[in-house]
Formats: sequence, C-alpha cells, structure tokens
Amino acid sequence: MPDPRNSVILATRMNPINLITHIGRYALLLKQVFRATEKRSIFWNRFFYEVNSIGIGSLGIVSIISVFMGAVITIQSAFGFESPWIPLYAVGYATRDSIILEFSPTIVSLILAGKVGSSIASEIGNMRVSEQIDALDVMGVNSASFLILPKIIASIFIFPFVVIISMFLGHIGGFVLGVLAGVVTPYEFVYGVQYEFRPYYLFYSLLKTMVFGFIIPSVSAYHGYYARGGSLEVGQASTRAVVYSIIVLLLFNFILTQLLLA
Amino acid sequence: MIEVRNLNKAFGEKVVIRDFSFRFEEGKANLIIGESGTGKSVLVKCMVGLITPETGEVLFDGQDFLKMDFDERKVIRQQIGMLFQGAALFDSMSVSENVMFPLTMFTEMPLKEKQERVRFCLERVNLPGVEKHYPAELSGGMKKRVAIARAIALNPKYLFCDEPNSGLDPRTSLLIDDLIKEITEEFNITTVVITHDMNSVLEIADNIAFLHKGEKVWEGNRMEILRSRNKELSEFVYATKILHAFRDQLEKE
Repeated sequence: MPDPRNSVILATRMNPINLITHIGRYALLLKQVFRATEKRSIFWNRFFYEVNSIGIGSLGIVSIISVFMGAVITIQSAFGFESPWIPLYAVGYATRDSIILEFSPTIVSLILAGKVGSSIASEIGNMRVSEQIDALDVMGVNSASFLILPKIIASIFIFPFVVIISMFLGHIGGFVLGVLAGVVTPYEFVYGVQYEFRPYYLFYSLLKTMVFGFIIPSVSAYHGYYARGGSLEVGQASTRAVVYSIIVLLLFNFILTQLLLA
Repeated sequence: MIEVRNLNKAFGEKVVIRDFSFRFEEGKANLIIGESGTGKSVLVKCMVGLITPETGEVLFDGQDFLKMDFDERKVIRQQIGMLFQGAALFDSMSVSENVMFPLTMFTEMPLKEKQERVRFCLERVNLPGVEKHYPAELSGGMKKRVAIARAIALNPKYLFCDEPNSGLDPRTSLLIDDLIKEITEEFNITTVVITHDMNSVLEIADNIAFLHKGEKVWEGNRMEILRSRNKELSEFVYATKILHAFRDQLEKE
C-alpha cells in the first residue's frame, strides 16, 4: 500500500505557489551570484580548479559512454535501413546527425547533470549545514558568488569541449565497432558522415551545450545552497538537484530546438 | 562597543527573541547565557547579519549594522571574527590555508608575510606545526583553536563565539575558555560568547546577559550572578549538585 505521506509531500512540492517561490529564490540567488565582489585572481584560481574538477574529471565516463553509444547508434541505424532502396552510407549519415544533434549535447549533458549536479549540490549543501557558508558570510565574502560563479563559468566554458570530444569518440566508436560488426564498410561510413554536412548543426549543438552548462551548476548549486538540516537533507538536496536539473535541461532542449531548428 | 536595542525575532508564529537590549562592553568578555533553545544562537546570528530580525538595532560603534547595504556591512564584517559551534573550517583547505583565507581575501599582503601571520596566529593558539594538516585530521579542540586562529588573523575588533565548548571535554573546554579570555585582553577585542556552560561563565565573563524564553531577564557580572535572587537565573546557575553545595556554603557565610 502506498504511503499516504508521499502523496502529501508530492502535492506540496507540485504546488504552483511553491514553484513560483523556487523560481523567485533561484532568480535572487543568481542576482547574488553575478554580483562578483571578490578579487579576480581568486576567481581565476577557483575557475581553473572547477574546469579540472567538472570537465577533466568527467572525461572518463563521457568517453566510455560516447564510444559505445556511437557503436549502438550505428548498429541500430544499419538494422533500420535494411532496404535495397536505402544506400548503406545512410548509416554514417544517420549516425552523424544523431550524435551531433542529440546524443552528444543532450545525453552527455544529462549524464553530467547526474555526475556534476549531485557533486555540486552535496558539496555546497555540506558547507551549508556545517556552517562553512555562514563563516564566509560573516567574514564579508559574497558566499554565493565565491562558491557558485566559478562553477557556472567553468561549466559554460568546458562543457562544449567535453561534447566535442564526445562527438569525436562517438564517431570513432560507430566506425570501429560498426565495421567490426560488419554492418557498414569503412568507405560508406566515412562517405555518409561527410555527406551533406551542415556546420549550423554544430553551432546549434554547442550553443545548446553552453545553455546546459549554465543550467546544471546553477540549479544544482541552488538546491545545495538552501539545504537545511543534516546529512539526510543534504542527500535529498542532491537528489532534487539532479531531478530538477534534468527537467529544466529537457525543457530548454525542447525550447532551443524549436527556436533554432524549426 | 556593540549595542543591541529592542531586537525582536520570530519564525512564523514562534517568537524567539523578545525586545532584547544589551550593551556589550569594549575589550571585555560579554556572555549571553541561557538554557538550550532560548534563542542565544539566533540572537548572535541576528547581530552578525546571518538572520534578519523583525525589528531592532545592532550598533557597532554607533553605526546600525542592520540598516547597512552589502558593501557597508563588508567593512564591519572584516572587523569581526567568529568561532562557530562546529568550528566551520573549510574542509577542502589545509589548516594554513584556512587561517590564511581572510588575509588572501581582504589584504594585499605578500605570501611570505601571510605565512608569517599564519604562523603567529597558530602559535598564539598553541598549535604550532599543524599548518599542513586538514580539518578532518584534527580533534574537536584543535579545530576550535584553528577557528580562533582564523578569527584573529585580520586583527578583529569584535569576536563572536557560538558555544565554544560544545562537544569538548572539561580540560579542553578550560583551555578554550582561557584562550578566549587571553585573546580578549591581549588584543582589546570586544568578545561576545554564547554558552550554557557555567564553568565558562565563572572563568571568563566580565559582563553577562541571561536569556530565558527569548527575553533578557537578568544582567550583571560573574560575582553578582552567584548572589542573584532571580528565580529563572538561580534555576539555571544552580542546576548542578556542586553549585548547589556552593550556594548552601555561600548562604551560611
């Protein structure tokens, strides 16, 4: 039997007034974040630290997923195009468009929302409940700007590079495993990848990634920054950060696609 | 000098601080005492701007802190050092980086000078040689001492201590109390300590405000506190058998 408290909690969370409150608080937090008051040298130190932590630290998982997803897209495309009327190079063509338009920018960003988002929310949430953020505030440091701004700027900067690496590895995975599986020849795959390539797709994809690079750290940091209580609440904030980052990311994926491609 | 006038704070229907007024004497250890849950921490958080009270004034040398904007508060805040209940050291930084943090944020000191200042502050709290350690490697008492070192790094005019002895054994508590007292006198700091520990009261207090259910019901010094006839204060002060015996002795005399 479902626990009735869950529906009460859900109802409270889905309350439109709550939603408006969250959006308002998020906007106020962003205002505080972009009111940069600290020394530039300190900002840049933290920026490079975050580039390493958020970007370089995510390359392993992104690489593995990209290679295998590229291979799967290739094999699935070949399976779907088993018709004498469709040329085999369409496999390379379909793989390229799937990787550039959706897989690398969106799916990789969803993965980053899980990995980076939960890490940001739990780091900032732990600082909140252990009074480290209060300590910053009492010293006169703009804690929101000090903690969150380098993460946002670093994500906007590094996510496109991560996605470009993902695109490259996706194609390599599709090529190597597609050829090894015998579903496409090397020549036809390469021909298909080059066939009617539109650089605008790359622009669309990287622009989308930069928007996601803003959404993931800011939404996650919001949940960490306003965490209250103890380790249980920090865990819950971390989960909420991932869930809301994904929802907002998917919403903006739809809006940007409609605006830029329709 | 710090002066609080008619401060009120409520969370929803629940009134936590009711019309609190008190003058915190310059260069002295000023204690706010009371049972757990009487609003001591909320009061101090209102004073340093972490919580916004409904009404009231918090005057730092005559300037109302609550009416200041972010930049004006920043100037005052650089004169404030604060020791939090759990020390609130930055986990990702070493002891040396923790103590150096306010110097890096707010001064243009060269690195060598900052390192010397860090060494001085750590020696002052009797913790030489722990510069490279991380907070997770320190005991509770050591963390508190590092937090004091960080709090005095910028030569503050005001020092706030939120339950400095919580979670410490009696001997370490005494060390922290002595340290707070010494630093207050040595650097002429206006110190505000909130505590429910009577040992601290008897050890370091120059000036005391007693909070009961969010209201200040008594004020005085550590000699007066033992002779007070205030009912709530007596119940708080003589809560232990040792102090009961002491009171009986006092009454006989």
